[in-house]
Amino acid sequence: MAVLAKGDNEGGKVVDTMPLPTYHSLAAPVRKPVDKFALLPAFLKVRGLVKEHIDSFNYFIDKGIKKIVEANNRIEARNDPSIYLRYLDVRVGMPSIYENCNVESITPHLCRLTDRTYSAPIEVDIQYTVGKQHVVKRRNKFIIGYMPIMLRSSACILNEMDEDELAKYGECPLDPGGYFVVKGTEKVILIQEQLSKNRIIVDTDSKGRVIASVTSSTHAIKSKTVVLMDKGKIYLQLNQFTKPIPIIVVMKAMGMESDQEAVQMVGRDPRYGDLLFPSIQECASERIYTRQQALQYMDEKVMYPGATNNKEGRSNSILHDVFIAHVPVKDGNLRPKCIYTAVMLRRMLDAILNSDTFDDKDYVGNKRFELSGQLISLLFEDLFKTMNSQAVERMNKNSDKTRSSPLDFSQLIMQDTITFGLERAISTGNWDIKRFRMHRKGVSQVLSRLSYMATLGYMTRITPQFEKTRKTSGPRALQPSQWGMLCPCDTPEGEACGLTKNLALLSHITTDQEEGPLIDLCHSLGVEDLLFLSSEEIHAPGSFLVMLNGLILGKHKDPQRLVIHLRNLRRSNVIGEFVSIFINEKQRCVHIASDGGRVCRPLIIADMGISRIDETHMTKLRDGTYDFDDFLSGGLIEYLDVNEENNALIALYEHMDQDDVERSSITHIEIEPLSILGVVSGLIPYPHHNQSPRNTYQCAMGKQAMGNIAYNQLFRADSLLYLLVYAQRPLLTTKTIELVGYDKLGAGQNATVAVMGYSGYDIEDAIVMNKSSLDRGFGRCIALKKYTVLKDNYVDGVSDRIVKPQRDKDGVLMKQNMRALDDDGIVAPGQIIRNHDIYVNKQTPMNTSKGIGRPLTDSCYKDSPAIYKGVDGETTVVDRVMLCSDTNDKLSIKCIIRHTRRPEVGDKFSSRHGQKGVCGTIIQQEDFPFSERGICPDLIMNPHGFPSRMTIGKMIELLGGKAGVSCGRFHYGSAFGEPSGNADNVADISSTLIKHGFSYNGKDFLYSGILGQPLEAYIFMGPIYYQKLKHMVLDKMHARASGPRVLLTRQPTEGRSRDGGLRLGEMERDCLIAYGASMLIFERLMLSSDPYQVQVCRKCGLLGYYNHKLKTSYCSMCKNGENMAKMRLPYACKLLFQELHAMNVVPRLKLTEV
Amino acid sequence: MPKKGTKSKEVDNAPNQQENKLPDYLEVQRTRVVCNADAPIHTQGYQYSGTFAAMGVDNSVSVEKFCKNFKIEINRLTEDDMEFDMIGIDASIANAFRRILIAEVPTMAIEKIFMVDNTSVIADEVLSHRLGLIPLRADPRLFDYISENDVPNERNTVVYKLHVSCPKGSQRITVKSSELEWLPEGSQLSMAAPAQSGDKQKTFTSFSQSQKEILEEPLGVKFKDITIARLGPGQAIELEAHAVKGVGKVHAKWSPVATAWYRMLPEVVILKDIEGDDAEELVKKCPVNVFDIEDLGNGGKRAVVAKPRACTLCRECVMGPNGNQVELRRVRDHFIFTIESTGALPPEVLFTEAVKILEEKCERVISELS
Ligand code: SF4
Repeated sequence: MAVLAKGDNEGGKVVDTMPLPTYHSLAAPVRKPVDKFALLPAFLKVRGLVKEHIDSFNYFIDKGIKKIVEANNRIEARNDPSIYLRYLDVRVGMPSIYENCNVESITPHLCRLTDRTYSAPIEVDIQYTVGKQHVVKRRNKFIIGYMPIMLRSSACILNEMDEDELAKYGECPLDPGGYFVVKGTEKVILIQEQLSKNRIIVDTDSKGRVIASVTSSTHAIKSKTVVLMDKGKIYLQLNQFTKPIPIIVVMKAMGMESDQEAVQMVGRDPRYGDLLFPSIQECASERIYTRQQALQYMDEKVMYPGATNNKEGRSNSILHDVFIAHVPVKDGNLRPKCIYTAVMLRRMLDAILNSDTFDDKDYVGNKRFELSGQLISLLFEDLFKTMNSQAVERMNKNSDKTRSSPLDFSQLIMQDTITFGLERAISTGNWDIKRFRMHRKGVSQVLSRLSYMATLGYMTRITPQFEKTRKTSGPRALQPSQWGMLCPCDTPEGEACGLTKNLALLSHITTDQEEGPLIDLCHSLGVEDLLFLSSEEIHAPGSFLVMLNGLILGKHKDPQRLVIHLRNLRRSNVIGEFVSIFINEKQRCVHIASDGGRVCRPLIIADMGISRIDETHMTKLRDGTYDFDDFLSGGLIEYLDVNEENNALIALYEHMDQDDVERSSITHIEIEPLSILGVVSGLIPYPHHNQSPRNTYQCAMGKQAMGNIAYNQLFRADSLLYLLVYAQRPLLTTKTIELVGYDKLGAGQNATVAVMGYSGYDIEDAIVMNKSSLDRGFGRCIALKKYTVLKDNYVDGVSDRIVKPQRDKDGVLMKQNMRALDDDGIVAPGQIIRNHDIYVNKQTPMNTSKGIGRPLTDSCYKDSPAIYKGVDGETTVVDRVMLCSDTNDKLSIKCIIRHTRRPEVGDKFSSRHGQKGVCGTIIQQEDFPFSERGICPDLIMNPHGFPSRMTIGKMIELLGGKAGVSCGRFHYGSAFGEPSGNADNVADISSTLIKHGFSYNGKDFLYSGILGQPLEAYIFMGPIYYQKLKHMVLDKMHARASGPRVLLTRQPTEGRSRDGGLRLGEMERDCLIAYGASMLIFERLMLSSDPYQVQVCRKCGLLGYYNHKLKTSYCSMCKNGENMAKMRLPYACKLLFQELHAMNVVPRLKLTEV
Repeated sequence: MPKKGTKSKEVDNAPNQQENKLPDYLEVQRTRVVCNADAPIHTQGYQYSGTFAAMGVDNSVSVEKFCKNFKIEINRLTEDDMEFDMIGIDASIANAFRRILIAEVPTMAIEKIFMVDNTSVIADEVLSHRLGLIPLRADPRLFDYISENDVPNERNTVVYKLHVSCPKGSQRITVKSSELEWLPEGSQLSMAAPAQSGDKQKTFTSFSQSQKEILEEPLGVKFKDITIARLGPGQAIELEAHAVKGVGKVHAKWSPVATAWYRMLPEVVILKDIEGDDAEELVKKCPVNVFDIEDLGNGGKRAVVAKPRACTLCRECVMGPNGNQVELRRVRDHFIFTIESTGALPPEVLFTEAVKILEEKCERVISELS
């Protein structure tokens, strides 16, 4: 409970801090620690890694969409309301497409390969009128559009399939789902972080004023209400008013005419009265005493007075509809809003009196996470309304024009609005919904398939609400409330650092739950409705306010009892498991939350510090007779959200004594400490021994590591895919690795590493690699690139054509670069393809604008072959060729070209501890040191990598790996896992090493491979899991002598892709100036760039021209050629002069002889 | 094999030398590497012939001395690996043998693949790479090196064929190295361009006679159970592999040894008598049972070094409070040499090959000098 301060229980019975041992306590059996680890896989089996995405989408498909359609279920013609259409029901069908007049069901993999959208029809049952007589007709399964379907959601065909079935559909069983396939690309709707809605937040603004703000959000309206204190007086700020309104005026306008009652409502404490006094005085000085006067005063401050009946009554409607809009107004009764305002004031005044009660905007409990279901539901609501209004519009137009028989609505409903609207939003990521004033960019992103970890990382990523450019540190800092909910390690470096977060392994994001039953339940548990209470009674001592999702439900005289009852009801499954009951002693409030978007996590319930889970439960779980839901319904485990965690005292382990905490006050027990980390950081062994930023670096790098991506990786058609040829499972694993399947889709190899200096090519973290290891396949990778060629169709049935390679009469190819082509004019799979080879021999008609009616002859086509641009000297092979027709019925030819690469000098590698390094040199095996057992390292790492990085975890990984290979058991290094046995102790590892004849410290006696003598030190050597990162020299290497130039400035092009020059920039120029190398500057900046000869008139200083016929120069300004001089300028300079001329600025050159 | 400590390694004096002896500590420095708990010391040794001239001890290398002292004792010899002691030789020469064994003794390995069909999930390059690493049972001494412009013939190329398919509807199959079939007559694949009618189909090799006639034994692969690929129903691999002679320096596939290495002979010396419980403790400390207990009668126990050769240098015995009572040493000129052959040649042949190569190299140096 929140009251934990020592010696605080005056009045109550004094509890013995050290209960004397009794007969019972001594006779009680000593409980052995229960191995609770099996709960983790059970949780993930039930909830999955991306369950929050899928849950949220399922909620939308099953409930949300029905609510939206129900709320807008009738449309009627404007001038004849008897012509109507009613939506009776709505469903989302099975994924299919409508093609050539028949419906074909589709699979996600088919959509990926053929650039289609994986979507399902939205079917509605409608009732509508037909004809003049308004005959009512009913139609079922009427399709109003297609909805992109989230993979593995309840509407997806993959739902609840087992591994074999998934394989049949070309899916990887380890793929988590939770994303969409739109136009062939996989798109994730990222989790959006927001400040929680409908909650009072007390804070200070930029000017240091205390403000209490509420962002109200209902289906009808979204508004922000701010109450602020300026110079001792309290005002209300609303966008609808030009000026802040004194709060007492607002209270009066809501019918609270008596100042005394207003003060009573806030609270009887005289300190409140003191703080409120200036505001009351101000109101009085404005001579506002009645409701009428107050409303009048407010009317004058309304921002946009309506055109009709000017300002009269506007403020009243603002008070009804905009001001704290989420508080419902029943029959014009504004009293609930009055009470709410009073509570806001009270919270604000509390904060002024005691700065502890300020709310923290960065506190995770004050955040809500918006998921794909909610975002799509907003989009759908908007599109659905648009579609309906368009239909009405058409109907009106139609009936205005022709007075003939009115059409029926079912013909006017266009599927495209919804289909294309959803598709466009998801594929661009732009959520522009005018109706809800929502303009967000980058909501959906392409799912990265660089590695399995990258994919998982995307699914758990949370994007921030703030723009990333803000330099604030507060939101970036690690929040204590993130514990167990958000991963403390996994955040990007740079501008988004600390803002973009990731979910922890066991966290879950709630979806909305029904409020109705909760309200009834609360009332029957003794919550008194405020409407029946006087203002005085609201804050009666001992009673707490009860808030449900930010709404004041009433008050309760015995809050502790209420809370206990509610929690018991939740544990016995009467109310939903995600309902949070939080008692806030400072605010004297009980907060009940059932809204969506809260993060929560499962915890084991403990009674007086004794876990409810014992060995019998765990045995049942291991036997499979119990699953995670049984633990939930059995009241053994419950979900706590961030707020409710404040009422709990959570112990890490049951069997361990926490120093000064009394055992009996422990209410919950952590399932596994490793679950505070996320999926991506979970693959670091011994992360708790590393310096914290190293873990963060690894989180970023783990996503760039090459490895196996999915079981279906060879059948995918991603535009770029990097695969490791011999990916391995890490020798030193963690429990998270096994939970998420990284052991099946590894991204790295276990390399034997010797930590020593060697050859001088290992400075700055470079690593020295063993050539024989590379020969044997270490670090070998495959890069698969997709090249797409479209066979375009033009008007009149004219289209591109693909012709077979032209040969002369001896059958020899006309052009050498056609050697890779098959007889159909497309490259053959398995063919070696080199730089400049043609991969699709395409021809385009000369005249594409208009067909000529007759069949085109060969001469009407010009060659437009697709030429492969590769690296000279590298052999690449055509892996696959796929033909399909795209959505516009054009033939698209996808050639996947494969390049197998072995590591070379400059390729980037990294261990799992944020220790990246490039390959510095490759050395023959015989030159490498070898141990007494003949072991030769695969790579050598410089020991200078350790002291400043402090990655002790890497050293333990080496020891553990070495012990692992010698005893034949995979060792574990889960985060904080030593006490629970999920990580091996260094001492145990060392004794294993000794048992197998190694030194306890992992250092071996090595002989120099060059001299043959022993090395003068013992060398720390053993296996470490190394990742090959996607940055390879081959993709970056670039040099040029002379080459292409930009058309406009005649300067060399920029960038590797355009074969550009290397820029001698400003700073380099400064160096040359400082050095005085003027000729070099001249050469670099002019001769090697864009020299140009101009004719300058010495008289007027303008540029002239050279007349080639007369062989003279001529100044067109002076109209003669007498004073002309030749000189050289950078072309860009000449261009600048001419551009200035065009802008009426005359630059003149003054020439002098040198 | 020296029995005990320094005694057996007495300096055998050349006849013209006086009976001068180095003091013990210098003798240890000269002939031993001492492995302390923190780091090995005296790893370099004394190369200079006159290092100990002041003491009247000759430190030079002489052929006679070498011939007298040099000894090889074979401890273990199987088809695939051997362990022998090489005594009385400098580390640099022992290392030269090791280096030559790894990098310069030639073998045959698959270098070129002619892929006819590969519908397996393994990419052509990866499959080729795997094939290249398969050890072949083909004596490299019977073949010549092939250079870039050479025509592959029966003297420089061995041709293998791999043709497997997994019929539709059957179970997945594993392609093992045993499926590689030797083609003594050379390539069976005809070149892409159709040959003129009449004469023999032009293939990728031009064998003038069958290899069966020049070789005594049929060629094949050394290990029959190396997995090459797995084939699903309906998949097939058809290819021809051409093996040529090469050395490990170019690519590890030509290395004739899995690895070849040596270690110096361990020598464990108990400096002070360890008796009683300490002795028990010492015996228990060593994971490979180097120490044993000698019964002194009437319950007394003393630790003795029983099997110093087994020491893996875990340094347990030199750690802890009693660590200074034991000293771990390595005999500088006694090498326990291990050769693990990949199978083309038996290990003992490999070693003689290595010696021959070193000899050749020396001869080249000599001929260049003269
Ligand atoms: S170093 Fe280790 S193996 Fe060698 S003798 Fe001492 S304890 Fe035994």
